[in-house]
Amino acid sequence: MTDTAHSARPEDGETRRDFLYLAAGAVGAVGTGIAVWPLIDSMNPSAEVLALASTEVDLSPIEEGQRVTVTWRGSPVFIEHRTEQQIAAARDVVLEELPDPQTDEARVQRPEWLVMVGVCTHLGCIPLGQNPGQSRGEFGGWFCPCHGSVFDTSGRIRRGPAPRNLDVPAYKFLDDGRIRIG
Amino acid sequence: MSDKGMMNNPVIRWIEYRMPIFSFLNHSVGTEYPSPKNLSYWWNFGSLAGIVLVIMIVTGILLAMQYTPHADHAFDSVERIMRDVNSGWLLRYLHTNGGSFFFILVYIHVFRGMYYGSYKEPRELLWILGVIILLIMMATAFMGYVLPWGQMSFWAAKVITNLFSAVPWIGDWIVTWLWGGFTVGNPTLNRFYSLHYLLPFVLVALVVLHIWALHQFGSNNPLGIEAKGPQDKIPFHPYYTVKDLYGMGVFLLVFFAVVFFAPNLLGEPDNYIEANPLATPAHIVPEWYFMPYYAILRSIPQKLLGVIAMFGSLLILLVLPWIDRSPVKSARFRPVYKWLFWVFVVVCFVLGYIGAKPPEGVYVVVGRIATAAYFLFFVVVYFLSYIERPKPLPASISEPVLKGGGSPAGAQAKPMEKA
Ligand code: HEM
Ligand code: FES
Repeated sequence: MTDTAHSARPEDGETRRDFLYLAAGAVGAVGTGIAVWPLIDSMNPSAEVLALASTEVDLSPIEEGQRVTVTWRGSPVFIEHRTEQQIAAARDVVLEELPDPQTDEARVQRPEWLVMVGVCTHLGCIPLGQNPGQSRGEFGGWFCPCHGSVFDTSGRIRRGPAPRNLDVPAYKFLDDGRIRIG
Repeated sequence: MSDKGMMNNPVIRWIEYRMPIFSFLNHSVGTEYPSPKNLSYWWNFGSLAGIVLVIMIVTGILLAMQYTPHADHAFDSVERIMRDVNSGWLLRYLHTNGGSFFFILVYIHVFRGMYYGSYKEPRELLWILGVIILLIMMATAFMGYVLPWGQMSFWAAKVITNLFSAVPWIGDWIVTWLWGGFTVGNPTLNRFYSLHYLLPFVLVALVVLHIWALHQFGSNNPLGIEAKGPQDKIPFHPYYTVKDLYGMGVFLLVFFAVVFFAPNLLGEPDNYIEANPLATPAHIVPEWYFMPYYAILRSIPQKLLGVIAMFGSLLILLVLPWIDRSPVKSARFRPVYKWLFWVFVVVCFVLGYIGAKPPEGVYVVVGRIATAAYFLFFVVVYFLSYIERPKPLPASISEPVLKGGGSPAGAQAKPMEKA
């Protein structure tokens, strides 16, 4: 390479050459990045997967104290029509004692309706407690059998390896008896 | 391979002149490849692993002709393979158990390397390639296990991909990207199938590199000293080709005994239930060959640290050649390391046992101790290499044999070899 350079002042030539190297390298790197991105992005959720992203649920048949599971984006969503006692239990906690402190008020839109994604925030198992006879864990909420996470009546993590409370999805009351999730 | 007579064949000569493939083979696995003359049966496991790789590819390609990679049809298509396809049950049981035996062989192969110091200079790169092969094998087996789309398939996929959510900041993005959706689903199954088909061929390429690196200095041997000259070596063919073939016969007896008489011995009955994204089985366990890592993951109560420890337990093998500074290779001449090695083997088995148990009570305690012991091994090996006083090494590979009774070290190591 250098033997093709005929610069009168070698130092000058060197810096110009260095600049060209760097510039060419930078353009090459950015260009490669731009070229590779669509390849990587092709693995992201596709348009028709994204299009299925909302679900409507009719709440009227759900009695007080009852828990139902609906499917939203392929995952279960837990809906519970909570009783007075359950609401009281969820609100009667010392926030500082929670691994992921959050008030019950911040997790519901209407106190009697608890809506959350039924996927353990540890490694994605489905916690038990939706069906009668299943363990609800010692806080009367849900219990994840995979690695032993225990959730309370607000779906907050109380004990075990899960780092976060069960996620609350974006949802909206369409009227008193119906919600749209997503 | 080729002897002198073969080169008289005009067709072979014609090809050889244009592309010297026959002399290449002869130098690779033939009469022109000198190997240490004292290799024991522990040196059979590499070639056995190679044979299993071939079995996996052949049965895999045939299974792929019958298998449907779609979340709605995968489970049924595997059941169809089992019931309706001619010899389909055989193909599938060979492939499923072949995966397990692949790991048995490779794990023995790795422990062999650790006992005889085969990772040491000048074979570090050979060792590193081996560890990479192990990692790719694991990825391949994991994705293969997802394909039958049973309950264990689905939940293994979900839990393992979720490990990446522990990555700070971009964890959730990575997981969604891996899934191609909001949970494990059809897009996930499709990409796993694509990669499951691809990676075994990547393995073939890596194995070629592994053998290339091996041939630079040739095999290590039970004494761990380099050959001093031709008197320490014998040609690979016919001596080791025959020995490898004999080993293959013994291996296939065991392998087929399991395939024919206990094909589900190493499997999980829950995987004969079709995947249900809304219900997790009561006890999810990985395949047996992942149990030790699973135990390490669960022993650490913090999610990110657990994931780091799990991957670290494998990645640390990459730097083992620089952790162990002792110039003596074979554990036969390292009185302390020899015991340390066996403790390490026991720790690995304990971790495997814990990984299969629910994470409660005494299992948690034992799991944590064993996890600590696993990593402590590498720390102790480092310091040990400075303070251990090795036994005297024989002058050459031939010396212990030609001296009749052999050196004391050689005699002592005999029972070890059979253990
Ligand atoms: C490194 C080599 C390989 C390993 C370790 C491996 C491992 C596995 C495992 C553990 C399974 C699940 C078996 C079960 O539980 O039923 C599987 C399934 C499958 N593999 Fe492989 N595999 C390998 C190579 C290949 C190749 C090269 C192909 C195709 C060319 C292939 C095609 C398949 C197919 C179609 C299935 C689904 C059918 C079934 O589940 O039996 N595999 N593989
Ligand atoms: S996935 Fe729920 S505790 Fe691990």
